[in-house]
Amino acid sequence: MSRMGGWSRRYLHATRTIANLYDYGLQVEQKIQQQLGNSPERVRMNLFGAINHALATALETNDRAVVFGEDVAFGGVFRCTTELQQRFGGHRVFNTPLSEQGIVGFGIGLAVQGFHAIAEIQFADYIFPAFDQLVNEAAKYRYRSGGLFDCGGLTVRAPCGAVGHGGLYHSQSPEAYFCHTPGLKVVMPRDPVRAKGLLLASIRDRNPVIFLEPKILYRSSFAQVPLEDYLLPLGKAEVVQSGEDVTLIGWGAQVQVLCQVAERAKEKMNLSCEVVDMMTLLPYDLETIAQSVKKTGRVLISHEAPITNGLGAELAAALQEQCFLYLEAPIFRICGYDTPFPLANEQYYLPSLDKCLDAVQQLIHY
Amino acid sequence: MATWQHSSEMLKRLTERIQSKSSLSCHLRSLAQFGQLCLRRFSWSQHCTSQKICQSGFLHDSHSLLLRRYSASGSEYYFPGAVGAPYTDKLELIAGEKEGRVPCFRIMNEYGEISSNIAKEYHPDHQMEPSVMTSMYQHMLKLHVMDTMLYSAQRQGRISFYMTSFGEEATAIGSAAALETADVIFGQYREQGVLLWRGFTYRDFCNQCCGNALEPAKGRQMPVHYGSKELNFVTISSPLATQIPQASGYAYGMKLSNSKNITVCYFGEGAASEGDFHAALNFAATLECPVLFICRNNGYAISTPAKEQYRGDGIAGRGLAYGIDSMRVDGNDLWAVYFAVKEGKRRILQTSRPLLLELLTYRGGHHSTSDDSSRYRQKNEIELYSERLSPLRRMKRFLAFRNCWNDEMDEKYIEEQRKELLTALEEAEKAPKAPLEDLFHDVYDQLTPNLERQKTMLFEFLEREKHPTHFS
Ligand SMILES: Cc1ncc(C[n+]2csc(CCOP(=O)(O)OP(=O)(O)O)c2C)c(N)n1
Ligand SMILES: [Mg+2]
Repeated sequence: MSRMGGWSRRYLHATRTIANLYDYGLQVEQKIQQQLGNSPERVRMNLFGAINHALATALETNDRAVVFGEDVAFGGVFRCTTELQQRFGGHRVFNTPLSEQGIVGFGIGLAVQGFHAIAEIQFADYIFPAFDQLVNEAAKYRYRSGGLFDCGGLTVRAPCGAVGHGGLYHSQSPEAYFCHTPGLKVVMPRDPVRAKGLLLASIRDRNPVIFLEPKILYRSSFAQVPLEDYLLPLGKAEVVQSGEDVTLIGWGAQVQVLCQVAERAKEKMNLSCEVVDMMTLLPYDLETIAQSVKKTGRVLISHEAPITNGLGAELAAALQEQCFLYLEAPIFRICGYDTPFPLANEQYYLPSLDKCLDAVQQLIHY
Repeated sequence: MATWQHSSEMLKRLTERIQSKSSLSCHLRSLAQFGQLCLRRFSWSQHCTSQKICQSGFLHDSHSLLLRRYSASGSEYYFPGAVGAPYTDKLELIAGEKEGRVPCFRIMNEYGEISSNIAKEYHPDHQMEPSVMTSMYQHMLKLHVMDTMLYSAQRQGRISFYMTSFGEEATAIGSAAALETADVIFGQYREQGVLLWRGFTYRDFCNQCCGNALEPAKGRQMPVHYGSKELNFVTISSPLATQIPQASGYAYGMKLSNSKNITVCYFGEGAASEGDFHAALNFAATLECPVLFICRNNGYAISTPAKEQYRGDGIAGRGLAYGIDSMRVDGNDLWAVYFAVKEGKRRILQTSRPLLLELLTYRGGHHSTSDDSSRYRQKNEIELYSERLSPLRRMKRFLAFRNCWNDEMDEKYIEEQRKELLTALEEAEKAPKAPLEDLFHDVYDQLTPNLERQKTMLFEFLEREKHPTHFS
């Protein structure tokens, strides 16, 4: 009884603060959209800096938050956990033995007790030894116990995506495997501001979240990131750029490519493209994309992962159900091919700007 | 209490014996006794009847035999999960972390001197031709030159990635020299020396690192993911530890085919934390697979030091728990590695059982070209291990004592090798890349209709791109 009371009080308290933080997150968005520029509470950060900053915020605001994984103590191979151990102590930020199934299972155990367990998998390509813990355990904890137990405090971070020289095992985008798993949330940010707000939201969300970080952006994507604690809502897509003729849907690093496609389509074909970043891949925001497609009547979905049974297939199926009578052309997908991720021919494998632009042209002339 | 004193005294005596005698078979025997001792600490006095069963091995005992023994002894019950475990009325625990360590077999000290106690059968002067000794050292040097040059080639942007085996040259060359090419290798990624010994040329290495069309995997994988069918070296895969249970399976197949050879599996002490390692050892033990597990324990898994990787007595200490004979060897001593692997293979073939070999060494270089190890280890630590314990330095001194090698020869050889490598690298850089359609091949044995369509679409797109007029 008393335990239940404790839970619900803490929960209420948590939701109240979270609601405030979301409000702040939306304000941040507005500020950014208004191009307010350098305000004193912002600092220019790259994506790994923003992740680091978000982790520090998570550790600061909840002393029952812990960060762990392979090589996390010295800062992590991508520097995302730099200096966290010095600041928060070896009992809260620590190395684990080299075992992904161990890392996730251990995290679930902590989360079941109410901790914010923030686990790092060194590369998304190496998440598969933990597949069972994620898919059969984390995802089903609440359902199978009727809500008696849950591991909502679990967040699993993993770098993903192409980098130009990663080959088969340092390039994959495994989101679709996890998007096929009811009970998990899957998130992928496109820039440092989103990374911080979405990561904090993932950590404080009461469901297990897989947070995939496009590693090509770690050092290349910069932004003025607010220092305040803020959250961006999970389950919400964002219209990055509005347009009338074609809807371009993507997530993670591919959003950047799609923004360039929009720019080039404007220059070369005088087309106005609407770019939508899904941000949360499960549960996804059908409303926002359907609204966009009803306006434009043409859609291109693009992701790095192989096309067959990728998330693009799901979005296309759902969109045609919602928008059938609005469509002027079939829904196009420009994605990775149905091959392992290659090294030598990576540039041909990728859904490049030119391939996407070519697809836009075909969509228009269909 | 008395039993504890008794066993710790035994332990002391055993350790002394191990230290005084350097013969490897004695070492092995001692290790086995050491293991049994630990188990028996639980109850030293009441083991007489059960010991017979222990020795005969429960794997081979038929059920009816067990039942007969059970009814004969009366007072003991044989639980199927631990047949032969005697009852005790003392609640004692088996320490998870015992005092003392499995000793480390060494033939040659850091000054290149051979231990005076070493048995003839493990004495290089008695067992090897000077020309072979020199050749082994030359291969270590060759490896060192290749690592140095390809490391700096990466720094110059000529290749995308590299991993050196600095400080671990003896683990690869010593083990490779003790095997035959027909012994099949499942490696991790830091065992390029094995390939080098087997005849993989600088050209082969450079082709793979440049990812050109001349290498068998058609440039699909990152550098250092070598493979060679004719040299029985299964292509390297980045996900750690996956090769270990595969090696057990391969070895089982070799046994079914009555092969005279074994499967050899290399991995790091970090990879040994993965579930796959534990599954692999358990499978190899229960299914009696002729596989030699070689752990290169170099003290680090990227930045994670061994002391954060495991508790207990390293990797050799785990053999006992799986019922696998184990050896621990100084991995920086070429001769200890060589004779341990030779003896290991002999025993595997003789018993048709797996064997676990832990090579204690030190990762002299950064984890890879993506790593900067000064962030997590002291400079003086690297100096101590890399210079004082250098496997190259001791071999050079060993050969110098025998007038087989000197500094001048060293310099000359290194210079020749550098030239050879440079030529190979330049040629590999110039060689063409695999044709684009290769992107779609080897996913399956044949192109699927889906892949066929995707291939066509890619080429049509490239064709359109060539004629930009199509873009309005
Ligand atoms: C399943 C998996 N997890 C993580 C990694 C990333 N990784 C590559 S090497 C390495 C350390 C391996 O250390 P060890 O096995 O001791 O070998 P060493 O590098 O010391 O030779 C790690 C964590 C990986 N390749 N595969
Ligand atoms: Mg290691």
